[in-house]
Amino acid sequence: MELLVASAIGLLTSSGLYLVLRLRTFPVIMGISLLTYAVNVFLFASGRLVVGAPPILQDGVSGYTDPLPQALVLTAIVISFGMTAVVVMIALGAYLGSNNDKVDDPVSAQKIDVEEVE
Amino acid sequence: MSLFLIVALPFLGALLPGLMNAAGRQACAGVTFTISLATLVGLLTNLPAVISGELVTAQVDWLPMLGLNLTFMLDGLGFFFACLILGIGLLIIVYARFYLARDDNMGEFFTYLLLFQGAMIGIVLSNNILLLLVFWELTSLSSFLLIGYWKHLPEGRQGARMALTVTGMGGLAMIAGMMIIGQLVGSYDLSVILQNRDLIQSSPLYLPALLLILLGCFTKSAQFPFHFWLPHAMAAPTPVSAYLHSATMVKAGIFLMARMWPVLSGTPEWFMVVTTAGLITLVLGAVIGLFKHDLKALLAFSTVSHLGVITMLLGTGTSFGAMAAIFHILNHAIFKAALFMSAGIIDHETHTRDIRRLGGLRHLMPISFIITSIAALSMAGIPLLNGFLSKEMMLEETTHTVLLNSPWLVPGLAVLGSSFSAAYSFRLIGHVFLGSKRNDYPAKPHDPPAGLWLPPAFLVFLVVAIGIAPFLAEPAVRMATTSVLGGVTDIPTAHLKIWHGFGPALYMSIFAIIGGLLLLMVYRPALQIWDTIPRPEAKNIFDTLIKALVTIARGLMQSTHNGSFTRYAAIATVTIVGAGFYAWQSGVVADATHGVQTAGPVMIGGWAMLVSATFALVFLHRNRLLSLILIAIVGLMVAIGFVFFSAPDLAMTQITVEVVTILLLLLALNFLPNRTPIESTVLARTRDVFIAAIAGISTMGLSLHYLLRDSIAPSISEFHLAKSYEGGGGTNVVNVILVDFRGFDTYGEIIVLGIAALLIYALTETLLSGPVRARLLNREPDQPRAGDIHPMMMVVLTRFLMPVVLMVGFYIFLRGHNDPGGGFIAGLIVSIAVVMQYMASGFNWTSTRLRYPYHGIIGAGVLIAGLTGIGSWFVGKPFLTSDFTYVRIPPFQKFELATAALFDLGVFLAVLGAVLLSLESFSRLARRAHVPDTDYAMDIDPSRDSNPEGMQSMAKEGR
Repeated sequence: MELLVASAIGLLTSSGLYLVLRLRTFPVIMGISLLTYAVNVFLFASGRLVVGAPPILQDGVSGYTDPLPQALVLTAIVISFGMTAVVVMIALGAYLGSNNDKVDDPVSAQKIDVEEVE
Repeated sequence: MSLFLIVALPFLGALLPGLMNAAGRQACAGVTFTISLATLVGLLTNLPAVISGELVTAQVDWLPMLGLNLTFMLDGLGFFFACLILGIGLLIIVYARFYLARDDNMGEFFTYLLLFQGAMIGIVLSNNILLLLVFWELTSLSSFLLIGYWKHLPEGRQGARMALTVTGMGGLAMIAGMMIIGQLVGSYDLSVILQNRDLIQSSPLYLPALLLILLGCFTKSAQFPFHFWLPHAMAAPTPVSAYLHSATMVKAGIFLMARMWPVLSGTPEWFMVVTTAGLITLVLGAVIGLFKHDLKALLAFSTVSHLGVITMLLGTGTSFGAMAAIFHILNHAIFKAALFMSAGIIDHETHTRDIRRLGGLRHLMPISFIITSIAALSMAGIPLLNGFLSKEMMLEETTHTVLLNSPWLVPGLAVLGSSFSAAYSFRLIGHVFLGSKRNDYPAKPHDPPAGLWLPPAFLVFLVVAIGIAPFLAEPAVRMATTSVLGGVTDIPTAHLKIWHGFGPALYMSIFAIIGGLLLLMVYRPALQIWDTIPRPEAKNIFDTLIKALVTIARGLMQSTHNGSFTRYAAIATVTIVGAGFYAWQSGVVADATHGVQTAGPVMIGGWAMLVSATFALVFLHRNRLLSLILIAIVGLMVAIGFVFFSAPDLAMTQITVEVVTILLLLLALNFLPNRTPIESTVLARTRDVFIAAIAGISTMGLSLHYLLRDSIAPSISEFHLAKSYEGGGGTNVVNVILVDFRGFDTYGEIIVLGIAALLIYALTETLLSGPVRARLLNREPDQPRAGDIHPMMMVVLTRFLMPVVLMVGFYIFLRGHNDPGGGFIAGLIVSIAVVMQYMASGFNWTSTRLRYPYHGIIGAGVLIAGLTGIGSWFVGKPFLTSDFTYVRIPPFQKFELATAALFDLGVFLAVLGAVLLSLESFSRLARRAHVPDTDYAMDIDPSRDSNPEGMQSMAKEGR
């Protein structure tokens, strides 16, 4: 079971990274989403895997799942929505503004001379 | 008045002039004057304590772990400087009121001036060297704003930049020096450091610390070889020059040398470095000053020269030298401020500062003539004026100073410098006011209004008063000197007096004055010789240096940062994996503490779905719509995984977030191309697969390692499990952690979420008001639209579902504290209910029924959560302490009321608002893009059949 979870995390990470290394915005966003899953599951797994334990406090039960990573991951999931939305908006704005959804800037666009700054 | 208030008053007051700009120039200047006056009065209330030798202190811990505390102290030296800063500041404010032109933004000017004043006061009152550094940097920043105040002048901007660069670099060096001192002594408190003279001076780190601190002082006080920035700062408005270069900014370096005098001075290193630098600056500044034709440049170099005098006196390390230095600080501040103001008056009335174009002004501007002459004669060192007194003390001190084994070197150079100093002072009078009247002045000169000449006149009164009755200034000088000496040596018994009898100092003084007159007589031939001597131009060297630095930096940046995001991501991944591998290699790996649990068929099935969906996503990612469906499957499987591993809250959150994320991506995909083209080479893809695979395998290894071992330290989760019910009143520990134990984190999180939503809104607004708007309006959809925009089935279903979903949301919210649920999940569920209405019935229909704007909902959420937190202050508890109780209203069962539920309501509202604002913004883009919504919620409505207009519009819509 641990092997399955670990391999799932590994697979999500590598697929996410592969997509992040693509040249267009949309696959990069997909890749970031996959990485988010991987990170969330990894954080969750840091509470170790427990099957069938009660998540709610009950009388006469001593073994519970670890609530702390769950609380952390819960907010992480919600924040990741906000992050995805912002990134998508930026990608969209860039595409609509320049009709181009490449992630790499050409070097020539960055050249600013000191004289111009003055 | 408390020292905190004295330091804070200028900073707080700095807000006022800027805000009161509309109230007029008089009001701006008046309020600034009042603030400075109040600060000065506050300072004076501490005078009795300072006179009695008491150390006035005020302390609040700021970052005690770093040794950085808000501690202030007021001793004789600090008092002396603070009085100078505030006193001359008051005169400058009056002067600036009449100096600045109608077009100048006076509120802005006085805001900068007060900021600067506050920073200076902070420097002289700090009792913590880290705090002192903070104020030190603040003076660099605020003086940058002041020097560059005339933004339209390139010289002003360049001068400001140069001043900031030089003093900022010096400040960095000083930080390092102060750190060394602090580490040596084990405390950053000045009062402790000043007690540890022997410890510091015997340490091998003394020399580096000394050099670093002196670097800071020399750059600030324009000592050789950093003197070049000061003349360039003269592009500032004259009130700024008069303030910065007489009593404040450049005296900060001097102040620090005086402040650290007890622990740093007295060693051969100190003597060698400080005296030499002072001596060179003294002579160099005086010589260059004589040959400058710009009035302010002449004064700037004379300032450099006089700062050299003070530095040299501090360098001698004797108590008499320190006393002379303090006295000269006072005298120089007074006559130099008066001279700068006079130069400003001449510039103001004749429209030129070029000495070669002036002359014969004594009849045209008699008041200015008297003021300038007295101040200049004082600078030259003429008896019965204050400059004479301290200059004679300086000359007296040089006769006892032996540098490089030569008893003649220091006195000789001091006399040489004094001669040149006298010469430029005489030149100032002679070439500007004396001589015959000319008829080619750029403007007709006349005396200025009283507001301009009164401040320098007051200073000139002081020049004469101190010059005739030096005993008036003696208590102040003696008080400051006592603090400088810090008990290391005895206070000198010498008194300030006019007549010291016939001695070497008097002869040297007479010699210097005669030398000055002779120099002025041979001025023309001397100038010709001077002009033929090649001299390095500091500004050119500085500019070349900066340009070279920029070139190097750009070369470095462009070779590593070439704008390729892909490359950065790849480098970052490889680096992180490499660092992790090194850590794993070099660390200790414990044995596994438990074995692998067996997985059932359900688990394996779920895993297989996740894996196949992920693989499919990678292989089919070029089809973007398909990849959205595939990533939704991945998300769903992750959610099911959470259910499986006993985390129902997570599963609910994951599923609801998944829904809104997919909707968002769908909305975005509406505008983006449908397919990703093949661009990278096979080689590049192989490389990416390789990098991704390595990272994946490492993560897998790390996770597996983690999962098979217990944590090495007991987790704090036990605490949360144990306290959840009795402390937080809830049985759902995850929710109690969110709204209670870690409520402050959650509070931050909802704020971040709100900011993200507002950012999206703002970006949409920007897009829609820019050139993109036209493109969106003219955009042809790349796929045929659905004939039925608002399908009746969906409209009916969603409207029917709305109350049900709202009820579910409400239920999930309420039960959150004790069962899976809570504000986050309820917020997401309710937003999905609203989004369904948008999708089914259209944007118009939904927004007209919307009563509250989403911004307001976010704000209300954050506000409710914040107020809940603040509420606990009223019962004397820390922020966000929660409380709960159980109540029973007869027909119902006993139920719980917790303040945490109120906080959760804030979370709920913030999440709801944020999600809806984001989605709404996206759909606003879409609305611009194609045909507007119909007026009707349903495309087919039997009751509308009789209405021919409705039929027509429908026919159009249907297409």
